[in-house]
Amino acid sequence: MVLLIFLIAMAVILIVAAIYSIVQKDLLFAVLGTGVVSLILSVFFYILQAPDVAITEAAIGIALTTIIFIITIRNTTRDEDKYNDDYINRFKSDKDA
Amino acid sequence: MIDFHTIFEQYKEIISIAVYGTAVFLIIIGLYAVLLKKHLVKIVIGLSIMDAGIHLLFVAVGYISGGTAPIFSPGNENAANTMVDPVPQALVLTAIVIGFAVTALALSLVIRLYKHHHTANIDQLKSLKW
Repeated sequence: MVLLIFLIAMAVILIVAAIYSIVQKDLLFAVLGTGVVSLILSVFFYILQAPDVAITEAAIGIALTTIIFIITIRNTTRDEDKYNDDYINRFKSDKDA
Repeated sequence: MIDFHTIFEQYKEIISIAVYGTAVFLIIIGLYAVLLKKHLVKIVIGLSIMDAGIHLLFVAVGYISGGTAPIFSPGNENAANTMVDPVPQALVLTAIVIGFAVTALALSLVIRLYKHHHTANIDQLKSLKW
């Protein structure tokens, strides 16, 4: 029964982390949300009797993917909506003219 | 390995609904991000989440109730009768590495687009040549 509650809690944390990484406007926290998704996913692989897949997912999904996302955010923007306001204002001015 | 067999037999429906539902939910929310988000990094995040959902779905399809990990060891040569299906696990092991390569390629294209256009918003990327 404890294991069943553990499994259901893992599924709930996975779903919440996936939603968080999609709706979060700060891209650094969104990338950390995908790291949490990969962590819980490796626990799922271990429970489903696939320990080799769990090790690979833990190494690549948590460490390497997060690192290359953070390098990309350093080279681009961290805020998701940084350029949206400019675009909306330009669209409005075109419509008024 | 921890013994999950008894609890898997006892609550088979609940656990299969939880695992398959989680996998389908990850695929759907990744598809939502790929189709509707405006920022290029957010689109790549959605691609990565959809990839994870497909991996979970494959491993869950290959699971046999009460099976052991697909490992042959001395003194356990009859493990082929009780192990889970190893083929989807091998495919997923390859797909994880390929998914990492695809993510790295997409992010390098995002960095080059940003260096050239000074924006990562797909509504502002209108030129056909770059």
